[in-house]
Amino acid sequence: MTDTFEPQTFRVTRADLVRYAGASGDFNPIHWSERVATGVGLPGVIAHGMFTMALVGRAVTAWAGAGDTVKEFAVRFSRPVPVPDTDEGTEVVVTATVKEVTEDGDTRLALTATCNGDKVLSLAQALVGKR
Amino acid sequence: MRRPELLRAAHCSLWVMPLDQTFAGRTWPPTDTYLVGREKIREFARAIGATEAEYHEPEAARALGYPDVVAPPTFPVTITMAASRQVVNDPGLGLDYSRVVHGDQKFTYTRPMVAGDAVVCVNTVDEITTRGGHWFITVRTEVRTEAGEPVVTAWSKLVQRGEEGH
Repeated sequence: MTDTFEPQTFRVTRADLVRYAGASGDFNPIHWSERVATGVGLPGVIAHGMFTMALVGRAVTAWAGAGDTVKEFAVRFSRPVPVPDTDEGTEVVVTATVKEVTEDGDTRLALTATCNGDKVLSLAQALVGKR
Repeated sequence: MRRPELLRAAHCSLWVMPLDQTFAGRTWPPTDTYLVGREKIREFARAIGATEAEYHEPEAARALGYPDVVAPPTFPVTITMAASRQVVNDPGLGLDYSRVVHGDQKFTYTRPMVAGDAVVCVNTVDEITTRGGHWFITVRTEVRTEAGEPVVTAWSKLVQRGEEGH
């Protein structure tokens, strides 16, 4: 486990959402159809919440390193991540701070994820410890 | 299927489709076995851009003490989301899926999921609540091997949004 938690930035494009839909089996059209997304009052196509959580998971495992594993992982989806139909798409930035070290030596991280400066998750945390 | 009766929320102009609160506390029979495939884990890892060797190379996973490639932390949702349809698609529950958004997600892991795992899911509705015209249902899905060894437990809280007043 690292002791410095450099923010991690992930680029998200429509192509990523299509690929995630196929890999995860979540084909909800609000994640690929502008027509359906705007029809239910969304600003446009939004990322799967579980795709955002997967990116946060990538950040956590990168900070954890190969010797550690994730024991608990929880998020609340507080705001959607709109993904414009451009080559650049959008960006999700993930940060962490150490919330506690448990008696077992596991580390509880408090996590944030932001898109365009807005927090898209709340109450996000992970417990990381030795494999 | 009978359309659930519309109820007027107590405090404002929200109209809500009620959920059947007797579903809270119910547990469903185990789902059919799901065999976790090496290529499925690799496909999922590629889709989230995760390049760690343990997700892709069996040798790298073995070096960490696992029998085959390891799944990223959120991979189990590909299994638990499908399994929870057993609950959320039950017409008796009254959930209007077109109004549903994902509220919370939590996992606790006994160990990472690994290619070759043959797992079953047991769904329980932990809680059904309503507030501000919205309904909240928390489905707990325990994933264990066919032999009964626990692997991971997932909690998904779904929010059925209230309708704006008519």
